[in-house]
Amino acid sequence: MKRVYIYKGFERFWHWMQAFLVIFLAITVFEVHGSFSFFGFEQAVKLHIIAAYSLIILIIFAIFWHFATGEWRQYIPTLENINKQIRYYITGIFQNAPHPVRKTSLSKLNPLQRLTYLGLKIVLFPLMISTGILYLFYRFPQSDAGIKITIDNLGIIAYLHTLGAFLLIAFVIAHLYLITTGQTLISNLKAMITGYEELEEEENEEFKSNIEVENETAK
Amino acid sequence: MKKTIGIIIAFILPVFLMYIIFFENEPQPSKLDLLRQTIAQKKVPAVDHSKFPELNRKFERPQDITLACISCHNKRHEEVMQTSHWRWLIDEYMDSRGIISFGKRNAINNFCISINGSEGSCNRCHIGYGYDSKDFDFTKAENIDCIVCHDNSGLYQKEKEAAGYPKKDLDFTKIAQSVGKPKMDNCGFCHFDGGGGNNAKHGDLEEALYTANREIDVHLGRDGGRFECVTCHEAKKHNIKGRLYTVASMNRNRLLCEDCHSNSPHNEDIINEHTTKVACQTCHIPTYAKVNQTKTFWDWSKAGKLIDGKPFKIENEQGNHIYLSEKGEIRWESNLQPEYVWFNGTSTHYLMGDTIDEIPLKLNKFLASYSDMNSKIYPVKIMRTIQPYDPVYNRLVNPKLWDKETGKGALWKDFNWERAIDEGMKYVNLEWSGKYDFVQTEMYWLINHMVSPKEDALKCEDCHTRNNSRLAAIKDVYLPGRDHSPFVDNFGFALIIVVLAGVFIHGGTRIVYSRKINKKKEK
Repeated sequence: MKRVYIYKGFERFWHWMQAFLVIFLAITVFEVHGSFSFFGFEQAVKLHIIAAYSLIILIIFAIFWHFATGEWRQYIPTLENINKQIRYYITGIFQNAPHPVRKTSLSKLNPLQRLTYLGLKIVLFPLMISTGILYLFYRFPQSDAGIKITIDNLGIIAYLHTLGAFLLIAFVIAHLYLITTGQTLISNLKAMITGYEELEEEENEEFKSNIEVENETAK
Repeated sequence: MKKTIGIIIAFILPVFLMYIIFFENEPQPSKLDLLRQTIAQKKVPAVDHSKFPELNRKFERPQDITLACISCHNKRHEEVMQTSHWRWLIDEYMDSRGIISFGKRNAINNFCISINGSEGSCNRCHIGYGYDSKDFDFTKAENIDCIVCHDNSGLYQKEKEAAGYPKKDLDFTKIAQSVGKPKMDNCGFCHFDGGGGNNAKHGDLEEALYTANREIDVHLGRDGGRFECVTCHEAKKHNIKGRLYTVASMNRNRLLCEDCHSNSPHNEDIINEHTTKVACQTCHIPTYAKVNQTKTFWDWSKAGKLIDGKPFKIENEQGNHIYLSEKGEIRWESNLQPEYVWFNGTSTHYLMGDTIDEIPLKLNKFLASYSDMNSKIYPVKIMRTIQPYDPVYNRLVNPKLWDKETGKGALWKDFNWERAIDEGMKYVNLEWSGKYDFVQTEMYWLINHMVSPKEDALKCEDCHTRNNSRLAAIKDVYLPGRDHSPFVDNFGFALIIVVLAGVFIHGGTRIVYSRKINKKKEK
């Protein structure tokens, strides 16, 4: 085993900031939704908008970071080993079987994670951001000047935004649980806090991921 | 080092961008202050009418004052004779009717129904002398009552049941010498007391405004703007700005809050955005009839009961009549929450002779909806009445309500519906089947006055709430906080429950198995 620096500084900042903002957005949005009352409607709306803009800015930085560092390759979906991974979660995990896909700094994500996170990045977040922006600007500008957005039915936008919110909450719950399925119960959590994780040292061709091969060919 | 700089930039940039987005729009303190400065400038009259020899004489008839006015203001009477204040008609385009002339002369309302046949009493509030029947000569300038609007002495009063003539033994000389811009009591004399008593009709226009504080009305309040009616309701050639959509149907010559306040008077954009779909009045007039009661319901079918052959009346605690043999049962209420409707400046009207097409019959109908770009949500008082109609011809009837004498068929003198309807329908040349019954009608009165201080304006939660939303009746729009899709919500909650269940089952199983494995190891 070797202590590997797996999550870079920005990556961790981005992850925790995003986690905080998503949870905060969920709390405020369900007050706006009328589910409960805590901040008061007006404050909830304002806080939700501020958090939403913050998240958008954060995501812009994250996108830049992913492309600048090539880390976007982590999310290239693969079907290889996906059955093994599913079988691991259904049976292997209970028998203390080893993780079927080895984690390395060049391939941090197992095939299921790749699919899920890719889905978040290209479906759910764009859905939430686009419906959120339309929610704010579905009549813009307010006066009758020039080009304008005029959507008659805010309902559809609102329903999609609500649906997305439920999906995100479901993701957060599942994600919080799956954190505990690392080498030890807290090894994943620790890695995301400190950046370092104990990973198996040896290079084994069998476990070498596509990314590594691609990276090598790129060189 | 690079990493630290990166993190610092990542922190600072979002904060900086947020600062630009949210805090650059510093409050503009001047808008309201500028308005206050404008309003504070008192206009000094250019002339002193008490110095004019034309007015320094005895006036036998009120018409003589009018003639004295015209002798100098020799075109003004022509302007006045174009106005609806004089004609009691207005030429307007009305949806599905085209251009028509309508007004108090041919409209039916659900207070005292119609002036026709009862002019002698109703037309106390006409700006003329002697409009006591439909044969009144609308071209005779000397019958214009200049004084009712322009008296500044406070002495002038029109006589009851005298077709607009003033009370006898008034000091006409003093009154004529006092003339100037209309004051609140000139307008209030008719506009506060229409419909049978103070505040009876409008609900937001009443005598309490003479002495109100700014809690009641920020504009008129004596410790507020100290406005006169004409501060906002300016007149050009005697055509006064502002409309009443119980007798108007076109979107023109309206007086809007925005005329002074602009459509973005708030410091916060999110509030300003509301002005595209919500009228100022909706939030800023949270209740109406703040001081005295207004009529909200009138049951004409109860009229005509007599005790020992004599009419009687029952008063409530505020001295308002809740029963009158002449008028039937009336409900008075105060501190009312308005109802809310879409309105875009146009309306249609039920006119004398029209067929009843729905029950309750809407005597004025707003042609507006969310999808219409010009529509906004407005607060209204809805007057609900049960009034007489002809069940055979299926139209409202015009009963003759008043006459000077008994025996002429007037309901208020003879208490006989058949006779009153017969006389009234003959008067307007409409056939009557001889049968009458009563039908529910509604009339929409926009609430525009008695604007509350901004601290009392509605809060977000008054509308954006699941239960008891003020806008519960506005159904053609998705309202955040009020509306949700049960399908999406149920799906979402089900999803969360399934995920949670999965977590607990999977986690539980892991715990059970790890114990088994540990036991094996121990063995």
